[in-house]
Amino acid sequence: MNKKKNPLLSGPYLVWTAAFIIIPLILIVYYGLTSSEGTFTWANIMEIATPENRKALWLALLLSVISTALCLIMAYPLAMILSNLKFNATGLIVMIFIIPMWMNFLLRTLAWQTLLEKNGIINMVLKFLHLPALNIINTPYAIVLGMVYNFLPFMLLPIYNSLVKMDRNVINAARDLGAGEFQTFTKIILPLSLPGVISGITMVFVPSLTTFVISDLLGGSKILLIGNVIEQKFKQGSNWNVGSGLSLVLMVFILISMAIMQKYDKDGEGAAF
Amino acid sequence: MRKALQRIYLVFIFVLLYAPILTLIILSFNASKTRAKWGGWTAKWYVSLFQNSAIMDALYNTLIIAVLSATIATLLGLTAALSLNSMRRRSRTIILGVINIPMLNAEIVTGISLMLVFIALGNFLTQFGYTIQFGFWTVLIGHITFNLPYVVLSIMPKLKQLNRSTYEAALDLGASPMRAFFRVVLPDIMPGVFSGFLLAFTLSLDDFVITHFVKGPGFETLSTKIYTEVRKGIKPEMYALSTLLFVSVLVLLLIVNVKPKEKNK
Repeated sequence: MNKKKNPLLSGPYLVWTAAFIIIPLILIVYYGLTSSEGTFTWANIMEIATPENRKALWLALLLSVISTALCLIMAYPLAMILSNLKFNATGLIVMIFIIPMWMNFLLRTLAWQTLLEKNGIINMVLKFLHLPALNIINTPYAIVLGMVYNFLPFMLLPIYNSLVKMDRNVINAARDLGAGEFQTFTKIILPLSLPGVISGITMVFVPSLTTFVISDLLGGSKILLIGNVIEQKFKQGSNWNVGSGLSLVLMVFILISMAIMQKYDKDGEGAAF
Repeated sequence: MRKALQRIYLVFIFVLLYAPILTLIILSFNASKTRAKWGGWTAKWYVSLFQNSAIMDALYNTLIIAVLSATIATLLGLTAALSLNSMRRRSRTIILGVINIPMLNAEIVTGISLMLVFIALGNFLTQFGYTIQFGFWTVLIGHITFNLPYVVLSIMPKLKQLNRSTYEAALDLGASPMRAFFRVVLPDIMPGVFSGFLLAFTLSLDDFVITHFVKGPGFETLSTKIYTEVRKGIKPEMYALSTLLFVSVLVLLLIVNVKPKEKNK
């Protein structure tokens, strides 16, 4: 409002961000680059090169890329259908996708165990339909399913927002000028919705890459992702230095995806909220 | 044909989203103690739930943390949005970038970094004879921190849409800046403030990862309690409680959304 700076207004949140956002990150860097005696070392970061950790990172990258791609493939048509609805359905859509969040995240994910089990509900239906049984519980497939299920709204909402904001006249103009349906999509709709797509990709990729809960619940605790390794370093082994070192490696991937997002989405057009 | 395909696809997504929830609701009526076996219908878990003090404690902690963290994050986020709005573009981008870190960063990293800062603070304070106990306060601070960006992001667009002249008109007409803010600015940005609060409340209620790292032994929210029960088997009362929470929120949201329809947008 008034152009004068008001220290009473800006003081509290600046102190808060410094104390609980900036200093904590500095501490991770500090722990990640020092040994338990407090001397400088690269050893914690090099821990990523051990066979188990490399495997965990590789599997996490693979599964998160797959589930991000699946989310995109599923959410884009969905967003197009929803944005073409006659009435303004924004409130309703947000409701439909936010309401599941009121059921606890862990229980929701656990429910997939019941659904996917050998004698679970899905297999009962498949058996009834004389289809082959689905044995994916405690495999990477189940983890991908859990990721897609949990993070699909993060892909849908930004894409939907960028589609709704799109000027209909541009699409109509393209059609008037003789573009076919496919051409209108590839030349007009897709490029204009790109900020939403990019923002959706980061919002699904980062949590999938770093999760330890989904792999824990649906992977039968035998499949370790990099998130699981870090969690164990802090919660079971108490090896904070190695845990912080591995977190730093993880943050490199997060920073790369954020930089890509920044490049394509300068004005925050693809924001989900 | 095309319409039919679209409709089938919508139904498919809807089933995918709500099948687990329906499963949990049905499990809450399962007479058998394990989720692997169906033992017929019963409502007994809904009764024994209220006698289970461990679950009731966790529920109380979850709710109080959600209410407090959402309220404080909303107040803090409101001051942040107001002062960011009057800043120059460059400093605004930088500070907004910092505030957004907990939203864009991995939850596990945010959780770990907060845990490290509490430990460091505890070590520092022991020199003066104080200690930091991991529990209510650390969880509350953690939740406020990750709620803050969502609140700021909900309020900022509303502030940008605001017509500055109305505020100046109020000042010209003799209102104090305080009064002008409460009577003119705040009512205009209220929908953003409200949706920010609701989002913060929802996220706090559902959070597991950050709570997992900053809670101490002995302090449990519903999420952390469920996580420790996973290996031993989830108590059926937990399904009953989640169903109750889910249904009551659903009803509440329906009431809220049906009433002020023409007012927002």
